Amino acid sequence: MAGSDDTLLAELLRSAIAGDERAYARFLERTAALVRGFARRRTADGGVDPEDIVQETLLAIHLKRHTWIADAPVLPWIFAIARFKIIDAYRRRGRRIEIDVDEVAETLAQPEAERASDRDVGRALDALAPGQRGVVAAITVEGYSIGETARRLGMTETAVRVALHRGLAAIARKFGRD
Amino acid sequence: MRTDDLIRAISADAGRRSPPLATAWRVAIVLSLAAAAVAFFIMLGPRTDIAAAAETPRFLFKFVVTGLTAVSALFLLRLLARPGAPAARAARYLFLAPMLLVAAVAVELAVVPPGDYAARLVGSNLVLCLTFIPLIGIVPLVVFLGVLRYGAPTRPVLAGAVAGLAAGGLAATFYAAHCTDDSPFFVAAWYSLAIAGLAGVGALAAPRVARW
Repeated sequence: MAGSDDTLLAELLRSAIAGDERAYARFLERTAALVRGFARRRTADGGVDPEDIVQETLLAIHLKRHTWIADAPVLPWIFAIARFKIIDAYRRRGRRIEIDVDEVAETLAQPEAERASDRDVGRALDALAPGQRGVVAAITVEGYSIGETARRLGMTETAVRVALHRGLAAIARKFGRD
Repeated sequence: MRTDDLIRAISADAGRRSPPLATAWRVAIVLSLAAAAVAFFIMLGPRTDIAAAAETPRFLFKFVVTGLTAVSALFLLRLLARPGAPAARAARYLFLAPMLLVAAVAVELAVVPPGDYAARLVGSNLVLCLTFIPLIGIVPLVVFLGVLRYGAPTRPVLAGAVAGLAAGGLAATFYAAHCTDDSPFFVAAWYSLAIAGLAGVGALAAPRVARW
């Protein structure tokens, strides 16, 4: 239930913040499923694609993970970010919605799978500077590791990591703009 | 882009560490105190009769109100910078300073002859107060907005206003050591107005500065 969900996610996120990539991937997968259910219910009018919310929420979680306190519950933090991203998505589309503040409990335990379509994050990727775009695309769309990407693009692994980080931050920044 | 692809990219970026928000707040508090102190001592300095003034309850009460404003606002501000943090309870502490001030105004109304009301309200430092509280507080406000930018405020207008309250309370605490108008009438009218100005600037700036 919610309690054990939170404990597991908090444990994964603690490991992730300490640098554990596999724990981070597990954390993000579970979080994506939870946010997907949360977002689907709140975008039922069709104005916003819930998968865009999932992706923007994951990016925001990544870039703002220092705002989570290691011994605080993690689910309220995740859903507060998701709620903010839903409101922001409607705002960008020129509409306002009201989201109840205490709706977290009923949205838990209903992970959902992704439905495919074009994505805002993908479009934002296309708008990146060529160097960053090449690195982010190699790792996301083409599925290469950091090491493989470095060899293919003739870069050092450190340079790939820097470009990846900056690319993700640049993509996330695009959503904050009007 | 599929979400699984995005997850792969994000998790590959796990090694990038950023200092916790609490560290940013510690730095910000030291910086804003230092900035306010430097601005105060360069531009104003304490009043010459401060030793005598320190024995009068009206003078000391100013620091209670302004200090409480700064501390309660900063306490709430730290919660507003974190998504999902329980901010509602902390918001109630914001009312402590205004409530104290209202009580002090009531006492002042009772103990001061009505003929002196106007003189005590207007005082002799009105322009100084409305000028220097914002001037001392502007750098602390910029510092606090910087932490909000590093954080993730889900209510940026509110967070910005509270950042202005914190900066204004801090600035007013310094300014109070210079000002010779100690009546709660003066504090309630003009300190409040100056602090509210900073809160307004914060509320306008935060949604732009701290967008995420």
